[in-house]
Amino acid sequence: MSNSFLELLESREVLLADGATGTNLFNMGLQSGDAPELWNTDEPEKIKALYKGSVDAGSDLFLTNSFGGTAARLKLHDAQGRVRELNRVAAELGREVADKSERKIAVAGSVGPTGEIMQPVGELSHALAVEMFHEQADALKEGGVDVLWLETISAPEEFAAAAEAFKLADMPWCGTMSFDTAGRTMMGVTSADLAKLVEDYDVPPLAFGANCGTGASDILRTVLGFAAQGTERPIISKGNAGIPKYVDGHIHYDGTPELMGEYAVLARDSGAKIIGGCCGTMPDHLRKMREALDSRPRGDRPTLEQIVEVLGPFTSANDGTEEGSDAGSERRGRRGRRRS
Amino acid sequence: MSEEEDIILSELDDEELVQQMFDDLYDGLKEEIEEGVNILLERGWAPYKILTEALVGGMTIVGADFRDGILFVPEVLLAANAMKGGMTILKPLLAETGAPRMGSMVIGTVKGDIHDIGKNLVSMMMEGAGFEVVDIGINNPVENYLEALEEHKPDILGMSALLTTTMPYMKVVIDTMIEQGKRDDYIVLVGGAPLNEEFGKAIGADAYCRDAAVAVETAKEYVARKHNAMNA
Repeated sequence: MSNSFLELLESREVLLADGATGTNLFNMGLQSGDAPELWNTDEPEKIKALYKGSVDAGSDLFLTNSFGGTAARLKLHDAQGRVRELNRVAAELGREVADKSERKIAVAGSVGPTGEIMQPVGELSHALAVEMFHEQADALKEGGVDVLWLETISAPEEFAAAAEAFKLADMPWCGTMSFDTAGRTMMGVTSADLAKLVEDYDVPPLAFGANCGTGASDILRTVLGFAAQGTERPIISKGNAGIPKYVDGHIHYDGTPELMGEYAVLARDSGAKIIGGCCGTMPDHLRKMREALDSRPRGDRPTLEQIVEVLGPFTSANDGTEEGSDAGSERRGRRGRRRS
Repeated sequence: MSEEEDIILSELDDEELVQQMFDDLYDGLKEEIEEGVNILLERGWAPYKILTEALVGGMTIVGADFRDGILFVPEVLLAANAMKGGMTILKPLLAETGAPRMGSMVIGTVKGDIHDIGKNLVSMMMEGAGFEVVDIGINNPVENYLEALEEHKPDILGMSALLTTTMPYMKVVIDTMIEQGKRDDYIVLVGGAPLNEEFGKAIGADAYCRDAAVAVETAKEYVARKHNAMNA
């Protein structure tokens, strides 16, 4: 079976992924509060324009408009009965745009978090999470995606549930977590943790990494953290176009296209193979990223100081991967644990 | 420190027992917390004293370590759950004894925003800290907030937004409260990934809360100030 994603992954040194979905759709008139996935059937031309924006800017792959396509998320819009339809169409529109291009373009089926907290701390059971991810995965497969693309996850339990579902759907996959809390995910996962975690699944991801989070500097520190584990697995870096600022009643991401070009080069030099943007990343940013990746020679792995110099400061002093950080939870003098 | 002997809660003196409950909260041990609360009640502690000295005291440590990046969300939720176990026992007794309340909060994500995980965390931690929380869910227009404020008369209004496109709506809510002369009746706290302190000030909120632990600390501080002002 020919698979554009696998072919690209094997034949290219670096792949340019896509940019933001939300930011672009809001610019096309999506009202906040509405589910972007409903536009797959209501406004298919706009979704194709979204995909085409990435392709025309030089992306080698793009993600489908299906981030909130699990029953858990669609339920908030009373569309939980439309999982199959909305995901299938998201993929079909993507296939159409990709296959029209003269370049080889891969379509990645976006799968976002359920938004629920999993057991034991939350309510969502493993079995139900697997079922919901499986339903979405099957529909994206039916619509013709080359690969499934899990993103913005923070809990290892949810990552594992998706991995199991993708195995059931018999689809190759990639997966990224969002490291937005002092260099860790909201649930405390470090870059080193994820690099180890992905090796434990029955079917590991073809590539893994980080997306969204905070600024461009932070995500590069995370990429360096993956690389430091000596992983052979391709690393993904999809960072936001800077940090949102509130200026005169409007929101503005402070990452310019030029800055994202610098980010792309540093991401590559840090060890990432698949590089893209996340929130705030528009086609103009992608063009500069493509240009920078194509024109600038590969450099040495940057130091943290070099990253700060080019992209600005980190949002936290460390990211939980430094020596001795695991002893943290024993900070206080502890009494004997009972009933152990 | 590392002896593995079972500790019998009822054999500890009051001070040791409270220290042990701090540890048990830290470890998210719900049954032990319930047992500790019952022992203190039997020893004649006032429900309010148990709440503030044993439970809130313990959760303050959890909150501080969460703020400092030592504990993460899963541990904090387990601690909050243990705290809630204790609260369930204390709640009717607190009402009976007419003890001062910790405070109450109406919380929801603003119109246009369907991202609720942050709001849910704040709700759980606020409840864990002993607050009464009315969660009005996602995607709330200004009318929903005003109705809930009218109905529940909380101390605090909490608003959450994850999107840069929805966070300006917080200002709409606050402006409407000002127009109706209700703004000063409530403490307004805002939070969400894209916000910052500057934004909180710009829209006229009392405070921006970086995370759920900060939300709890800020809520406690503002409610204490409000109660002091009322008693002055």
